Amino acid sequence: MSGRPVISTAGLTKRFGRVVAVDHVDLDVPAGVRFGLLGPNGSGKTTLVRMLLGLVHATSGGATVLGEPMPRRASTVLPQVGALVEGPAAWGHLSGRANLRLLDAAGPGGRRRTRRARVADALERVGLGGIDRRPVRAYSLGMRQRLGIAAALLRAPRLLLLDEPTNGLDPRGIHEIRDLLVALNEAGTTVVLSSHLLAEVEVLCTRVGVMDAGRLVLADDLDALRAPTGRIRVRTPDPGAALALLDGRVEAHDGGMLTVRGDDPAELNAMLVGAGVPVDALDRERRTLEEVVLEVTGSGSDRFDGRGPGTGRHA
Amino acid sequence: MIGTELALMLRRRRVWLCWALLCLLPTVVAVLLATTRLAPPPGSGGAFLSAVLSDGQLFPAAALALVLPVFLPITVAIVSGDAVAGEASAGMLRYLLVRPVGRLRLLVAKLVSVAAFTLLAVVFVTVTSYVVGVLAFGVGPGAEIGGAGTITSLSGATLTPLQLVGRTAGTVGYLALCMLTLGAVGIFFSTLTDSPLAAALGVLAVVVTSAALQPLDAAEAVRTFLPTQHWLAWIDLFRDPPLLDAVRTGVEVQLGWIVVAFGAAWANFTTKDVTS
Repeated sequence: MSGRPVISTAGLTKRFGRVVAVDHVDLDVPAGVRFGLLGPNGSGKTTLVRMLLGLVHATSGGATVLGEPMPRRASTVLPQVGALVEGPAAWGHLSGRANLRLLDAAGPGGRRRTRRARVADALERVGLGGIDRRPVRAYSLGMRQRLGIAAALLRAPRLLLLDEPTNGLDPRGIHEIRDLLVALNEAGTTVVLSSHLLAEVEVLCTRVGVMDAGRLVLADDLDALRAPTGRIRVRTPDPGAALALLDGRVEAHDGGMLTVRGDDPAELNAMLVGAGVPVDALDRERRTLEEVVLEVTGSGSDRFDGRGPGTGRHA
Repeated sequence: MIGTELALMLRRRRVWLCWALLCLLPTVVAVLLATTRLAPPPGSGGAFLSAVLSDGQLFPAAALALVLPVFLPITVAIVSGDAVAGEASAGMLRYLLVRPVGRLRLLVAKLVSVAAFTLLAVVFVTVTSYVVGVLAFGVGPGAEIGGAGTITSLSGATLTPLQLVGRTAGTVGYLALCMLTLGAVGIFFSTLTDSPLAAALGVLAVVVTSAALQPLDAAEAVRTFLPTQHWLAWIDLFRDPPLLDAVRTGVEVQLGWIVVAFGAAWANFTTKDVTS
Protein backbone atom coordinates (compact mmCIF):
# COMPACT_ATOMS: atom_id res chain seq x y z
CA MET A 1 0.00 0.00 0.00
CA SER A 2 2.96 2.32 -0.41
CA GLY A 3 5.56 3.29 -2.93
CA ARG A 4 5.66 5.69 -5.82
CA PRO A 5 2.42 6.20 -7.68
CA VAL A 6 2.03 3.91 -10.68
CA ILE A 7 -0.30 6.42 -12.27
CA SER A 8 -0.03 10.15 -11.81
CA THR A 9 -1.81 12.78 -13.83
CA ALA A 10 -1.61 16.54 -13.58
CA GLY A 11 -4.26 18.78 -15.05
CA LEU A 12 -5.09 16.11 -17.60
CA THR A 13 -7.70 17.49 -20.00
CA LYS A 14 -9.30 16.21 -23.18
CA ARG A 15 -11.69 18.10 -25.39
CA PHE A 16 -13.53 16.54 -28.31
CA GLY A 17 -14.68 19.62 -30.17
CA ARG A 18 -16.86 21.53 -27.72
CA VAL A 19 -17.27 18.65 -25.32
CA VAL A 20 -14.83 18.46 -22.42
CA ALA A 21 -14.56 14.73 -21.83
CA VAL A 22 -11.88 14.92 -19.15
CA ASP A 23 -11.45 18.14 -17.21
CA HIS A 24 -8.24 18.90 -15.27
CA VAL A 25 -7.89 15.53 -13.62
CA ASP A 26 -5.17 15.17 -10.97
CA LEU A 27 -5.14 11.50 -10.15
CA ASP A 28 -2.60 9.48 -8.17
CA VAL A 29 -2.80 5.74 -7.94
CA PRO A 30 -0.30 4.37 -5.40
CA ALA A 31 1.52 1.14 -6.20
CA GLY A 32 -0.04 -2.03 -4.94
CA VAL A 33 -3.63 -0.87 -4.52
CA ARG A 34 -6.80 -2.11 -6.12
CA PHE A 35 -8.20 1.12 -7.47
CA GLY A 36 -11.79 1.48 -8.56
CA LEU A 37 -12.64 4.27 -10.97
CA LEU A 38 -16.31 5.05 -10.62
CA GLY A 39 -18.70 7.42 -12.27
CA PRO A 40 -21.83 7.59 -14.35
CA ASN A 41 -21.86 6.79 -18.04
CA GLY A 42 -20.17 9.53 -20.02
CA SER A 43 -18.29 10.87 -17.00
CA GLY A 44 -14.94 10.45 -18.75
CA LYS A 45 -13.66 7.19 -17.25
CA THR A 46 -12.95 5.52 -20.56
CA THR A 47 -11.36 8.61 -22.10
CA LEU A 48 -9.12 8.90 -19.04
CA VAL A 49 -8.08 5.25 -19.39
CA ARG A 50 -7.47 5.74 -23.12
CA MET A 51 -5.23 8.72 -22.40
CA LEU A 52 -3.24 6.71 -19.86
CA LEU A 53 -2.69 4.09 -22.56
CA GLY A 54 -1.71 6.62 -25.24
CA LEU A 55 -4.71 5.88 -27.44
CA VAL A 56 -6.13 9.37 -27.02
CA HIS A 57 -3.88 12.40 -26.89
CA ALA A 58 -4.43 14.90 -24.10
CA THR A 59 -5.49 18.42 -25.02
CA SER A 60 -3.47 19.71 -22.07
CA GLY A 61 -1.89 18.40 -18.92
CA GLY A 62 0.21 15.28 -18.61
CA ALA A 63 0.29 11.77 -17.27
CA THR A 64 2.97 9.41 -16.05
CA VAL A 65 2.46 5.68 -15.89
CA LEU A 66 4.93 3.46 -14.02
CA GLY A 67 7.07 6.55 -13.55
CA GLU A 68 7.41 7.35 -17.25
CA PRO A 69 5.60 10.06 -19.20
CA MET A 70 2.84 8.84 -21.49
CA PRO A 71 2.38 8.68 -24.40
CA ARG A 72 6.02 9.65 -25.04
CA ARG A 73 7.49 6.50 -23.46
CA ALA A 74 4.70 4.19 -24.57
CA SER A 75 7.16 1.66 -25.96
CA THR A 76 8.74 1.09 -22.55
CA VAL A 77 5.63 1.54 -20.40
CA LEU A 78 3.00 -0.45 -22.26
CA PRO A 79 4.78 -3.83 -22.31
CA GLN A 80 4.40 -3.76 -18.52
CA VAL A 81 0.70 -2.90 -18.63
CA GLY A 82 -2.19 -5.25 -19.26
CA ALA A 83 -5.36 -3.59 -20.43
CA LEU A 84 -8.98 -4.25 -21.14
CA VAL A 85 -10.44 -1.17 -22.80
CA GLU A 86 -14.17 -0.82 -23.36
CA GLY A 87 -14.91 -4.47 -23.76
CA PRO A 88 -12.84 -7.34 -25.10
CA ALA A 89 -12.01 -7.71 -28.78
CA ALA A 90 -10.50 -10.48 -30.87
CA TRP A 91 -9.99 -11.53 -34.45
CA GLY A 92 -13.24 -13.41 -34.91
CA HIS A 93 -11.98 -15.84 -37.53
CA LEU A 94 -9.26 -17.27 -35.26
CA SER A 95 -9.41 -19.40 -32.13
CA GLY A 96 -8.82 -17.82 -28.73
CA ARG A 97 -5.42 -19.47 -28.48
CA ALA A 98 -4.36 -18.23 -31.94
CA ASN A 99 -5.56 -14.76 -31.01
CA LEU A 100 -3.37 -14.62 -27.93
CA ARG A 101 -0.35 -16.01 -29.78
CA LEU A 102 -0.63 -13.53 -32.63
CA LEU A 103 -1.23 -10.60 -30.31
CA ASP A 104 1.78 -11.62 -28.26
CA ALA A 105 3.90 -11.91 -31.40
CA ALA A 106 2.80 -8.49 -32.63
CA GLY A 107 4.71 -6.42 -30.10
CA PRO A 108 7.75 -6.32 -27.83
CA GLY A 109 8.20 -7.90 -24.42
CA GLY A 110 6.77 -11.32 -25.17
CA ARG A 111 9.50 -13.92 -25.68
CA ARG A 112 8.78 -16.38 -28.44
CA ARG A 113 10.24 -19.28 -26.52
CA THR A 114 7.85 -18.90 -23.62
CA ARG A 115 4.84 -17.92 -25.71
CA ARG A 116 3.08 -21.25 -25.82
CA ALA A 117 3.39 -21.72 -22.06
CA ARG A 118 2.36 -18.15 -21.25
CA VAL A 119 -0.72 -18.39 -23.45
CA ALA A 120 -1.69 -21.71 -21.87
CA ASP A 121 -1.14 -20.28 -18.40
CA ALA A 122 -3.18 -17.12 -19.06
CA LEU A 123 -6.07 -19.17 -20.47
CA GLU A 124 -5.88 -21.48 -17.47
CA ARG A 125 -6.04 -18.56 -15.03
CA VAL A 126 -9.23 -17.14 -16.53
CA GLY A 127 -10.89 -20.53 -16.75
CA LEU A 128 -10.47 -21.12 -20.47
CA GLY A 129 -7.83 -23.84 -20.17
CA GLY A 130 -9.96 -26.31 -22.09
CA ILE A 131 -10.95 -24.19 -25.09
CA ASP A 132 -10.86 -25.92 -28.44
CA ARG A 133 -10.20 -24.63 -31.95
CA ARG A 134 -13.56 -22.90 -32.31
CA PRO A 135 -13.21 -19.39 -33.74
CA VAL A 136 -13.81 -16.53 -31.31
CA ARG A 137 -16.79 -15.56 -33.47
CA ALA A 138 -18.62 -18.50 -31.87
CA TYR A 139 -17.72 -17.53 -28.27
CA SER A 140 -20.29 -16.36 -25.76
CA LEU A 141 -19.98 -12.89 -24.23
CA GLY A 142 -18.59 -14.37 -21.03
CA MET A 143 -15.93 -16.35 -22.91
CA ARG A 144 -14.87 -13.24 -24.83
CA GLN A 145 -14.61 -11.36 -21.57
CA ARG A 146 -12.40 -14.08 -20.09
CA LEU A 147 -10.28 -14.11 -23.25
CA GLY A 148 -9.85 -10.34 -23.00
CA ILE A 149 -8.64 -10.67 -19.41
CA ALA A 150 -6.29 -13.49 -20.44
CA ALA A 151 -4.80 -11.20 -23.10
CA ALA A 152 -4.17 -8.57 -20.43
CA LEU A 153 -2.37 -11.13 -18.25
CA LEU A 154 -0.06 -12.54 -20.93
CA ARG A 155 3.16 -10.84 -19.94
CA ALA A 156 2.73 -10.71 -16.15
CA PRO A 157 2.07 -6.96 -16.13
CA ARG A 158 2.95 -4.65 -13.24
CA LEU A 159 -0.23 -2.69 -13.84
CA LEU A 160 -3.62 -3.94 -14.94
CA LEU A 161 -6.04 -1.38 -16.38
CA LEU A 162 -9.40 -3.04 -16.72
CA ASP A 163 -12.56 -1.43 -17.99
CA GLU A 164 -15.67 -3.26 -16.71
CA PRO A 165 -13.79 -6.55 -16.20
CA THR A 166 -16.82 -8.56 -15.09
CA ASN A 167 -19.17 -7.41 -17.83
CA GLY A 168 -21.10 -10.31 -19.30
CA LEU A 169 -20.01 -12.82 -16.67
CA ASP A 170 -22.43 -14.86 -14.57
CA PRO A 171 -22.24 -14.66 -10.74
CA ARG A 172 -19.81 -17.56 -10.53
CA GLY A 173 -17.64 -16.00 -13.23
CA ILE A 174 -17.67 -12.66 -11.43
CA HIS A 175 -16.55 -14.41 -8.27
CA GLU A 176 -13.72 -16.23 -10.10
CA ILE A 177 -12.44 -13.06 -11.73
CA ARG A 178 -12.62 -11.20 -8.43
CA ASP A 179 -10.53 -13.92 -6.76
CA LEU A 180 -8.08 -13.81 -9.67
CA LEU A 181 -7.66 -10.05 -9.42
CA VAL A 182 -7.15 -10.20 -5.65
CA ALA A 183 -4.55 -12.95 -6.08
CA LEU A 184 -2.71 -10.96 -8.75
CA ASN A 185 -2.84 -7.87 -6.58
CA GLU A 186 -1.44 -9.72 -3.59
CA ALA A 187 1.39 -10.92 -5.82
CA GLY A 188 2.27 -7.28 -6.47
CA THR A 189 0.24 -6.15 -9.46
CA THR A 190 -1.53 -2.82 -9.17
CA VAL A 191 -5.09 -3.23 -10.38
CA VAL A 192 -7.11 -0.30 -11.71
CA LEU A 193 -10.63 -1.06 -12.78
CA SER A 194 -13.34 1.21 -13.97
CA SER A 195 -16.90 0.28 -13.38
CA HIS A 196 -20.30 1.60 -12.64
CA LEU A 197 -21.17 -1.46 -10.61
CA LEU A 198 -20.72 -0.02 -7.13
CA ALA A 199 -21.20 -3.29 -5.29
CA GLU A 200 -18.47 -4.82 -7.44
CA VAL A 201 -16.01 -2.07 -6.57
CA GLU A 202 -17.03 -2.08 -2.93
CA VAL A 203 -16.04 -5.71 -2.40
CA LEU A 204 -12.92 -5.63 -4.60
CA CYS A 205 -11.19 -2.28 -4.29
CA THR A 206 -9.12 -0.71 -1.57
CA ARG A 207 -9.24 2.79 -3.00
CA VAL A 208 -11.72 4.56 -5.22
CA GLY A 209 -11.85 7.58 -7.46
CA VAL A 210 -15.14 9.04 -8.59
CA MET A 211 -15.56 10.96 -11.82
CA ASP A 212 -18.43 13.19 -12.73
CA ALA A 213 -18.82 15.24 -15.89
CA GLY A 214 -15.14 14.86 -16.70
CA ARG A 215 -13.81 15.91 -13.30
CA LEU A 216 -12.33 13.71 -10.62
CA VAL A 217 -14.61 14.68 -7.74
CA LEU A 218 -13.28 12.25 -5.14
CA ALA A 219 -10.28 9.99 -4.57
CA ASP A 220 -9.86 8.29 -1.26
CA ASP A 221 -9.34 4.96 0.49
CA LEU A 222 -12.50 2.93 0.68
CA ASP A 223 -12.06 2.51 4.43
CA ALA A 224 -11.96 6.28 4.93
CA LEU A 225 -15.07 6.79 2.84
CA ARG A 226 -16.87 4.13 4.75
CA ALA A 227 -15.74 5.34 8.17
CA PRO A 228 -18.46 5.39 10.84
CA THR A 229 -20.72 8.41 10.53
CA GLY A 230 -21.04 9.00 14.29
CA ARG A 231 -24.47 7.44 14.35
CA ILE A 232 -25.69 4.07 15.55
CA ARG A 233 -28.55 2.12 14.05
CA VAL A 234 -30.72 0.25 16.52
CA ARG A 235 -33.45 -2.25 15.77
CA THR A 236 -35.88 -2.85 18.56
CA PRO A 237 -39.34 -4.42 18.87
CA ASP A 238 -40.29 -1.63 21.29
CA PRO A 239 -39.44 1.66 19.56
CA GLY A 240 -41.71 3.65 21.83
CA ALA A 241 -39.70 2.82 24.96
CA ALA A 242 -36.41 3.42 23.14
CA LEU A 243 -37.58 6.80 21.91
CA ALA A 244 -38.65 7.79 25.40
CA LEU A 245 -35.30 6.77 26.84
CA LEU A 246 -33.09 8.30 24.12
CA ASP A 247 -35.14 11.39 23.39
CA GLY A 248 -32.89 14.04 21.85
CA ARG A 249 -30.31 11.56 20.61
CA VAL A 250 -32.61 9.90 18.08
CA GLU A 251 -32.18 11.51 14.68
CA ALA A 252 -34.66 9.42 12.78
CA HIS A 253 -36.92 6.49 13.31
CA ASP A 254 -38.78 4.26 10.94
CA GLY A 255 -40.84 1.55 12.56
CA GLY A 256 -38.48 -0.50 14.71
CA MET A 257 -35.32 1.05 13.26
CA LEU A 258 -33.81 4.05 15.04
CA THR A 259 -30.83 6.16 14.08
CA VAL A 260 -29.12 7.41 17.21
CA ARG A 261 -26.22 9.85 17.62
CA GLY A 262 -23.22 8.25 19.33
CA ASP A 263 -19.90 6.54 18.74
CA ASP A 264 -20.09 3.59 21.10
CA PRO A 265 -22.59 0.83 20.35
CA ALA A 266 -21.61 -1.10 23.49
CA GLU A 267 -22.45 1.86 25.74
CA LEU A 268 -25.77 2.38 23.96
CA ASN A 269 -26.59 -1.31 24.20
CA ALA A 270 -25.89 -1.37 27.93
CA MET A 271 -28.04 1.69 28.41
CA LEU A 272 -31.00 0.26 26.49
CA VAL A 273 -30.81 -3.17 28.09
CA GLY A 274 -30.35 -1.60 31.50
CA ALA A 275 -33.60 0.30 31.00
CA GLY A 276 -35.37 -2.89 29.94
CA VAL A 277 -35.65 -1.99 26.26
CA PRO A 278 -35.17 -5.12 24.13
CA VAL A 279 -32.57 -4.82 21.32
CA ASP A 280 -32.69 -6.96 18.16
CA ALA A 281 -29.68 -5.52 16.38
CA LEU A 282 -27.35 -2.62 16.78
CA ASP A 283 -24.45 -1.39 14.65
CA ARG A 284 -22.40 1.66 13.74
CA GLU A 285 -23.87 3.41 10.73
CA ARG A 286 -21.53 3.44 7.72
CA ARG A 287 -22.24 5.07 4.45
CA THR A 288 -22.49 2.71 1.53
CA LEU A 289 -20.37 3.43 -1.49
CA GLU A 290 -23.58 4.13 -3.32
CA GLU A 291 -24.45 6.93 -0.93
CA VAL A 292 -20.97 8.39 -1.27
CA VAL A 293 -21.09 8.30 -5.04
CA LEU A 294 -24.60 9.68 -5.34
CA GLU A 295 -23.61 12.49 -3.01
CA VAL A 296 -20.64 13.64 -5.10
CA THR A 297 -21.94 13.04 -8.61
CA GLY A 298 -24.57 15.07 -10.38
CA SER A 299 -27.51 13.60 -12.16
CA GLY A 300 -25.34 13.88 -15.25
CA SER A 301 -24.82 10.75 -17.28
CA ASP A 302 -26.85 9.59 -20.20
CA ARG A 303 -29.81 11.76 -19.29
CA PHE A 304 -30.84 14.64 -21.48
CA ASP A 305 -32.75 16.91 -19.19
CA GLY A 306 -31.50 20.21 -20.49
CA ARG A 307 -29.71 21.31 -17.35
CA GLY A 308 -26.75 22.60 -19.25
CA PRO A 309 -23.53 21.09 -20.46
CA GLY A 310 -21.84 18.57 -18.25
CA THR A 311 -25.05 17.24 -16.79
CA GLY A 312 -26.92 16.40 -19.95
CA ARG A 313 -24.19 15.07 -22.17
CA HIS A 314 -24.53 12.02 -24.30
CA ALA A 315 -22.79 9.00 -22.83
CA MET B 1 4.03 -7.18 -36.35
CA ILE B 2 4.72 -7.90 -40.01
CA GLY B 3 4.69 -11.64 -39.35
CA THR B 4 1.47 -11.34 -37.36
CA GLU B 5 -0.08 -9.29 -40.11
CA LEU B 6 0.82 -11.78 -42.83
CA ALA B 7 -0.43 -14.68 -40.73
CA LEU B 8 -3.69 -12.83 -40.17
CA MET B 9 -4.12 -12.14 -43.86
CA LEU B 10 -3.41 -15.70 -44.95
CA ARG B 11 -5.98 -17.01 -42.49
CA ARG B 12 -8.81 -14.80 -43.70
CA ARG B 13 -11.36 -16.52 -45.85
CA ARG B 14 -12.16 -13.24 -47.62
CA VAL B 15 -8.60 -13.01 -48.97
CA TRP B 16 -8.68 -16.51 -50.43
CA LEU B 17 -12.10 -15.81 -51.91
CA CYS B 18 -10.72 -12.72 -53.66
CA TRP B 19 -7.88 -14.75 -55.12
CA ALA B 20 -10.21 -17.54 -56.22
CA LEU B 21 -12.56 -15.12 -57.96
CA LEU B 22 -9.65 -13.40 -59.68
CA CYS B 23 -8.53 -16.73 -61.10
CA LEU B 24 -12.06 -17.73 -62.01
CA LEU B 25 -12.78 -14.94 -64.49
CA PRO B 26 -9.92 -15.77 -66.91
CA THR B 27 -10.78 -19.44 -66.60
CA VAL B 28 -14.37 -18.78 -67.65
CA VAL B 29 -13.15 -16.71 -70.59
CA ALA B 30 -10.72 -19.47 -71.60
CA VAL B 31 -13.41 -22.12 -71.49
CA LEU B 32 -15.77 -20.00 -73.61
CA LEU B 33 -13.05 -19.22 -76.14
CA ALA B 34 -11.86 -22.79 -76.34
CA THR B 35 -15.32 -24.21 -76.90
CA THR B 36 -16.50 -21.61 -79.42
CA ARG B 37 -13.14 -20.72 -81.01
CA LEU B 38 -14.63 -17.24 -81.45
CA ALA B 39 -11.82 -14.89 -80.54
CA PRO B 40 -12.39 -11.16 -80.89
CA PRO B 41 -10.76 -9.86 -84.06
CA PRO B 42 -7.30 -8.34 -83.59
CA GLY B 43 -7.52 -4.74 -82.45
CA SER B 44 -10.75 -5.14 -80.55
CA GLY B 45 -11.61 -6.91 -77.31
CA GLY B 46 -9.10 -7.38 -74.53
CA ALA B 47 -5.41 -7.20 -75.22
CA PHE B 48 -3.90 -10.48 -76.45
CA LEU B 49 -7.29 -12.19 -76.59
CA SER B 50 -7.13 -12.53 -80.37
CA ALA B 51 -3.68 -14.14 -80.16
CA VAL B 52 -4.34 -16.74 -77.48
CA LEU B 53 -6.23 -19.10 -79.78
CA SER B 54 -3.03 -19.82 -81.63
CA ASP B 55 -0.85 -20.03 -78.52
CA GLY B 56 -2.10 -20.73 -75.01
CA GLN B 57 1.15 -19.52 -73.51
CA LEU B 58 0.06 -15.95 -74.20
CA PHE B 59 -3.05 -16.44 -72.10
CA PRO B 60 -1.49 -15.13 -68.84
CA ALA B 61 -1.03 -11.76 -70.52
CA ALA B 62 -4.62 -11.85 -71.77
CA ALA B 63 -5.86 -12.88 -68.32
CA LEU B 64 -4.02 -10.01 -66.63
CA ALA B 65 -5.56 -7.60 -69.13
CA LEU B 66 -8.98 -9.04 -68.27
CA VAL B 67 -8.79 -8.65 -64.49
CA LEU B 68 -6.86 -5.38 -64.50
CA PRO B 69 -9.56 -2.76 -65.12
CA VAL B 70 -12.17 -3.79 -62.54
CA PHE B 71 -11.63 -7.05 -60.70
CA LEU B 72 -8.14 -6.46 -59.42
CA PRO B 73 -8.86 -2.89 -58.21
CA ILE B 74 -11.98 -4.11 -56.39
CA THR B 75 -10.12 -6.81 -54.48
CA VAL B 76 -7.26 -4.46 -53.63
CA ALA B 77 -9.79 -1.85 -52.47
CA ILE B 78 -11.51 -4.37 -50.22
CA VAL B 79 -8.32 -5.66 -48.65
CA SER B 80 -6.60 -2.30 -48.21
CA GLY B 81 -9.75 -0.52 -47.04
CA ASP B 82 -9.95 -3.15 -44.34
CA ALA B 83 -6.36 -2.49 -43.21
CA VAL B 84 -6.84 -0.06 -40.34
CA ALA B 85 -10.61 0.46 -40.43
CA GLY B 86 -11.16 -3.30 -40.17
CA GLU B 87 -9.08 -3.50 -37.00
CA ALA B 88 -10.90 -0.44 -35.67
CA SER B 89 -14.34 -1.85 -36.32
CA ALA B 90 -13.35 -5.20 -34.81
CA GLY B 91 -11.99 -3.38 -31.75
CA MET B 92 -8.51 -4.83 -32.26
CA LEU B 93 -6.89 -1.52 -33.17
CA ARG B 94 -6.80 -0.37 -29.54
CA TYR B 95 -5.40 -3.71 -28.39
CA LEU B 96 -2.69 -3.67 -31.05
CA LEU B 97 -1.70 -0.12 -30.11
CA VAL B 98 -1.51 -0.87 -26.38
CA ARG B 99 0.32 -4.14 -27.03
CA PRO B 100 2.25 -1.83 -27.96
CA VAL B 101 2.69 -1.79 -31.71
CA GLY B 102 4.05 1.57 -32.86
CA ARG B 103 1.68 3.39 -35.16
CA LEU B 104 4.20 3.67 -37.99
CA ARG B 105 5.11 0.01 -37.58
CA LEU B 106 1.45 -0.92 -37.79
CA LEU B 107 1.04 1.04 -41.03
CA VAL B 108 4.20 -0.47 -42.52
CA ALA B 109 2.96 -3.96 -41.62
CA LYS B 110 -0.36 -3.18 -43.28
CA LEU B 111 1.41 -1.89 -46.41
CA VAL B 112 3.59 -5.01 -46.55
CA SER B 113 0.57 -7.27 -46.21
CA VAL B 114 -1.32 -5.37 -48.93
CA ALA B 115 1.77 -5.64 -51.14
CA ALA B 116 1.91 -9.38 -50.48
CA PHE B 117 -1.77 -9.64 -51.31
CA THR B 118 -1.44 -7.82 -54.64
CA LEU B 119 1.70 -9.67 -55.64
CA LEU B 120 0.18 -13.04 -54.82
CA ALA B 121 -3.03 -12.06 -56.62
CA VAL B 122 -1.15 -11.25 -59.82
CA VAL B 123 1.04 -14.35 -59.49
CA PHE B 124 -1.95 -16.61 -58.94
CA VAL B 125 -3.76 -15.18 -61.94
CA THR B 126 -0.64 -15.64 -64.07
CA VAL B 127 0.00 -19.20 -62.99
CA THR B 128 -3.57 -20.45 -63.24
CA SER B 129 -4.10 -18.74 -66.56
CA TYR B 130 -0.88 -20.26 -67.92
CA VAL B 131 -2.07 -23.71 -66.96
CA VAL B 132 -5.59 -23.05 -68.22
CA GLY B 133 -4.28 -21.44 -71.41
CA VAL B 134 -2.01 -24.33 -72.30
CA LEU B 135 -4.74 -26.85 -71.49
CA ALA B 136 -7.39 -24.99 -73.48
CA PHE B 137 -5.44 -23.74 -76.48
CA GLY B 138 -2.30 -25.82 -76.57
CA VAL B 139 1.02 -24.23 -77.45
CA GLY B 140 1.79 -22.40 -80.66
CA PRO B 141 3.18 -23.89 -83.87
CA GLY B 142 6.71 -25.18 -83.50
CA ALA B 143 6.44 -25.26 -79.72
CA GLU B 144 6.23 -28.23 -77.45
CA ILE B 145 4.44 -28.59 -74.16
CA GLY B 146 6.74 -27.62 -71.36
CA GLY B 147 7.67 -24.33 -72.95
CA ALA B 148 10.32 -25.45 -75.39
CA GLY B 149 9.68 -23.50 -78.57
CA THR B 150 8.77 -20.01 -79.51
CA ILE B 151 5.93 -17.60 -78.89
CA THR B 152 4.92 -14.82 -81.21
CA SER B 153 5.28 -11.36 -79.69
CA LEU B 154 2.96 -8.45 -80.45
CA SER B 155 5.48 -7.17 -82.97
CA GLY B 156 5.42 -10.38 -84.91
CA ALA B 157 8.88 -11.58 -83.95
CA THR B 158 9.22 -14.64 -81.80
CA LEU B 159 10.07 -14.85 -78.11
CA THR B 160 12.08 -17.62 -76.56
CA PRO B 161 10.59 -19.27 -73.44
CA LEU B 162 13.21 -17.54 -71.32
CA GLN B 163 12.22 -14.15 -72.75
CA LEU B 164 8.57 -14.94 -72.13
CA VAL B 165 9.26 -15.86 -68.50
CA GLY B 166 11.28 -12.70 -68.00
CA ARG B 167 8.65 -10.45 -69.54
CA THR B 168 5.83 -12.13 -67.66
CA ALA B 169 7.75 -11.65 -64.42
CA GLY B 170 8.23 -7.99 -65.32
CA THR B 171 4.51 -7.67 -65.97
CA VAL B 172 3.65 -9.33 -62.68
CA GLY B 173 5.92 -6.95 -60.79
CA TYR B 174 4.65 -3.91 -62.65
CA LEU B 175 0.99 -4.72 -62.10
CA ALA B 176 1.58 -5.56 -58.45
CA LEU B 177 3.16 -2.11 -58.10
CA CYS B 178 0.21 -0.44 -59.85
CA MET B 179 -2.16 -2.20 -57.47
CA LEU B 180 -0.02 -1.33 -54.48
CA THR B 181 -0.68 2.31 -55.36
CA LEU B 182 -4.36 1.64 -54.79
CA GLY B 183 -3.42 -0.27 -51.67
CA ALA B 184 -1.55 2.72 -50.25
CA VAL B 185 -4.50 4.99 -51.05
CA GLY B 186 -6.77 2.42 -49.39
CA ILE B 187 -4.63 2.40 -46.25
CA PHE B 188 -4.82 6.19 -46.14
CA PHE B 189 -8.61 6.15 -46.45
CA SER B 190 -8.65 3.36 -43.90
CA THR B 191 -7.06 5.67 -41.33
CA LEU B 192 -9.73 8.31 -41.97
CA THR B 193 -12.73 6.18 -41.09
CA ASP B 194 -13.71 3.26 -38.89
CA SER B 195 -15.74 1.73 -41.71
CA PRO B 196 -13.84 -0.67 -44.01
CA LEU B 197 -16.58 -0.36 -46.61
CA ALA B 198 -16.29 3.42 -46.80
CA ALA B 199 -12.52 3.16 -47.27
CA ALA B 200 -12.90 0.54 -50.03
CA LEU B 201 -15.50 2.64 -51.84
CA GLY B 202 -13.15 5.61 -51.55
CA VAL B 203 -10.48 3.66 -53.42
CA LEU B 204 -12.93 2.71 -56.14
CA ALA B 205 -13.97 6.36 -56.39
CA VAL B 206 -10.32 7.24 -57.04
CA VAL B 207 -10.09 4.58 -59.75
CA VAL B 208 -13.31 5.72 -61.43
CA THR B 209 -12.32 9.39 -61.25
CA SER B 210 -8.94 8.65 -62.72
CA ALA B 211 -10.42 6.52 -65.51
CA ALA B 212 -12.99 9.21 -66.27
CA LEU B 213 -10.40 11.96 -66.52
CA GLN B 214 -8.04 9.87 -68.63
CA PRO B 215 -9.67 10.39 -72.06
CA LEU B 216 -10.49 14.06 -71.46
CA ASP B 217 -8.45 16.50 -73.48
CA ALA B 218 -9.10 19.06 -70.78
CA ALA B 219 -7.25 16.81 -68.32
CA GLU B 220 -4.15 16.76 -70.52
CA ALA B 221 -2.04 18.58 -67.93
CA VAL B 222 -2.63 16.07 -65.17
CA ARG B 223 -2.93 12.94 -67.30
CA THR B 224 0.56 11.68 -66.57
CA PHE B 225 -0.20 11.73 -62.86
CA LEU B 226 -3.41 9.72 -63.06
CA PRO B 227 -2.83 6.32 -61.44
CA THR B 228 -4.80 4.42 -64.08
CA GLN B 229 -3.01 6.14 -66.99
CA HIS B 230 -0.07 3.74 -66.93
CA TRP B 231 -1.86 0.51 -66.12
CA LEU B 232 -1.58 -0.81 -69.68
CA ALA B 233 2.04 0.20 -70.20
CA TRP B 234 3.14 -3.39 -69.46
CA ILE B 235 1.80 -4.42 -72.89
CA ASP B 236 4.92 -2.78 -74.30
CA LEU B 237 6.95 -5.44 -72.52
CA PHE B 238 5.59 -7.95 -75.03
CA ARG B 239 6.91 -6.03 -78.02
CA ASP B 240 10.21 -6.88 -79.57
CA PRO B 241 12.40 -5.27 -78.46
CA PRO B 242 10.43 -4.29 -75.32
CA LEU B 243 9.61 -0.60 -74.99
CA LEU B 244 10.58 0.51 -71.52
CA ASP B 245 9.81 4.25 -71.61
CA ALA B 246 6.14 3.98 -70.69
CA VAL B 247 6.84 1.36 -68.06
CA ARG B 248 9.54 3.51 -66.52
CA THR B 249 7.25 6.54 -66.34
CA GLY B 250 4.56 4.30 -64.92
CA VAL B 251 6.84 3.00 -62.18
CA GLU B 252 7.83 6.54 -61.23
CA VAL B 253 4.24 7.76 -61.05
CA GLN B 254 3.11 4.72 -59.04
CA LEU B 255 5.99 5.10 -56.59
CA GLY B 256 5.10 8.77 -56.23
CA TRP B 257 1.51 7.89 -55.39
CA ILE B 258 2.60 5.27 -52.87
CA VAL B 259 4.93 7.72 -51.10
CA VAL B 260 2.30 10.48 -50.98
CA ALA B 261 -0.58 8.21 -49.93
CA PHE B 262 1.45 6.38 -47.31
CA GLY B 263 2.84 9.67 -46.02
CA ALA B 264 -0.69 11.02 -45.71
CA ALA B 265 -1.77 7.86 -43.89
CA TRP B 266 1.11 8.21 -41.46
CA ALA B 267 0.52 11.93 -40.91
CA ASN B 268 -3.12 11.31 -40.15
CA PHE B 269 -2.74 8.18 -38.06
CA THR B 270 0.20 9.17 -35.91
CA THR B 271 -1.72 11.89 -34.06
CA LYS B 272 -5.17 10.37 -34.32
CA ASP B 273 -7.25 9.75 -31.21
CA VAL B 274 -8.22 6.09 -31.28
CA THR B 275 -11.72 6.00 -29.86
CA SER B 276 -12.93 2.87 -31.63
